[in-house]
Amino acid sequence: MKEKLIEKTLMLLAFSAIGALLLMAIFIFKEGMPVIFKVGLGDFLFSTHWAPTKGYFGIFSMIVSSLFVTTGALIIGVPLALSCAITLAEFTPLRLMRILKPTIELLAGIPSVVYGFLGVVLLVPLIRDYLGGPGLSLLACSIILAIMILPTITSISIDAIQAVPYSYKEGSLALGATHWQTIRMVILKAARSGIITAIMLGMARAIGETMAVIMVAGNALKLPSSPLSPVRTLTSNIALEMGYAAGDHRAALFATGIVLFIFIMVFNVSANIITKRWRRE
Amino acid sequence: MIFLRLYLIFFFLIALLGCRPSNKEGVVITIAGSTSVQPFAEKLAEIYMEHHRGVIINVQGGGSTAGIRSVKGEAADIGTCSRELMEEEKDLKRIVIARDGIAIITHPKNKIQNLSLSQLRDIFAGRIRYWSELGWVHKRIHFVTREEGSGTRCGFEEMVMHDVPISDEALVEDSNGSVREIIAHDPHAIGYISYGIVDKWVNALSIDGVEPNLGTIKGKRYELTRPFLFVTKEEPHGLARDFIDFVLSPEGQKILEREGLVGIR
Repeated sequence: MKEKLIEKTLMLLAFSAIGALLLMAIFIFKEGMPVIFKVGLGDFLFSTHWAPTKGYFGIFSMIVSSLFVTTGALIIGVPLALSCAITLAEFTPLRLMRILKPTIELLAGIPSVVYGFLGVVLLVPLIRDYLGGPGLSLLACSIILAIMILPTITSISIDAIQAVPYSYKEGSLALGATHWQTIRMVILKAARSGIITAIMLGMARAIGETMAVIMVAGNALKLPSSPLSPVRTLTSNIALEMGYAAGDHRAALFATGIVLFIFIMVFNVSANIITKRWRRE
Repeated sequence: MIFLRLYLIFFFLIALLGCRPSNKEGVVITIAGSTSVQPFAEKLAEIYMEHHRGVIINVQGGGSTAGIRSVKGEAADIGTCSRELMEEEKDLKRIVIARDGIAIITHPKNKIQNLSLSQLRDIFAGRIRYWSELGWVHKRIHFVTREEGSGTRCGFEEMVMHDVPISDEALVEDSNGSVREIIAHDPHAIGYISYGIVDKWVNALSIDGVEPNLGTIKGKRYELTRPFLFVTKEEPHGLARDFIDFVLSPEGQKILEREGLVGIR
């Protein structure tokens, strides 16, 4: 009897978490959908004219900016994170790694506003002085995000690499492969589903990051024409304008949230599918 | 037993506390309107409520026009407004509580000290793109605006842009402070902030030859000056009168000046 009760209680608690997610999704959709129907899905997604107090709700440039910024962060961050993971897992003595890995994970604990502040004070002037433009730019944003996703990708990749059975490595070395060939052709192949998951998680963090992005991205509404252009992402659009928004403007911000929600869903689901497919092979 | 008794006492205390703001006439007033005035009205209300226990002042935003509408519809006792009243609103009682200047700021290294209103409009509309067109170096102008919905942006659009939209190339920041921060570090940037928070790291430009300072804003000689108004339907009386008197008193004015506005005295 008591056992049953505890079981039921635990079940209830478990479902309350899912319930919260469900309520959130319903609320966002309920608040945001009417304005999408009002302006039309096509105009909402593919118009670049955003002037919510004057009745224009087009978020195309923000969608593009969000994708560019995330891609940029991956282009800069993934090679760094992967080489970091390979070095730590394969070439570093175990004792040194026990110190270095937590140090990298510490990076994940730094609040994003600190990254943003460092970006504004250090990175933005460098870009402005040496590359041109206002400094607040897609590039600055990508670099900051690359540093922010580094610990996630690195530490999950290390775990994935270490999970590869030692016999694979021994076998490869015994066949005459060099250490590098073994890493490239055996270990990375065997660990790839873990690495892909790591990258996907990093990507989700990058597209969802807000505070640091607002501080370094410049938030201009124009479609970016170069890496030095200022950009506004979906997340920063919501955070920037929610303060005073009312009526349709507020609803349009919720609608921006819907688009973001769908993006993150797509990322997570495709990460799951990719992982599963490679596990099966 | 003792717990039950304690519980009952506790319960009655809570019930008593809950009853405290009983239906005495005129103990609650509502202020609604401009989001630019809102933070100042909140500050004043907070201090006023500290002096007068039991009085409750609700401060809401919504915008100048919404504030006036709610005063007309008697949804609010006092409306706040950060622009002059329009013709059809002139039947309301209008009290100027303070003035706010919008300062146009640049980096101290910038050689330009004066702009005309139309030059300013052309910069923010994206028609003047290089500082060389204004007689300085051949560098792109980085112009910084505020986010859609901000009171300062609204004032700037009304007084400078009229019906010309601000270009979508503008950098957008969400507070006076971060606009100032960007201008202070970028020699080729220009932006606008409330006069009250201009500091030595940025240079406030003259507009049509008039430099912004306490005197020119008070005397309305500086072009980009807007009044902060309290609006009531009839001659204010009771608590509303008392609160307005407090705002206009030397103490109230000192609070407003400390918060960065220009007093009316």
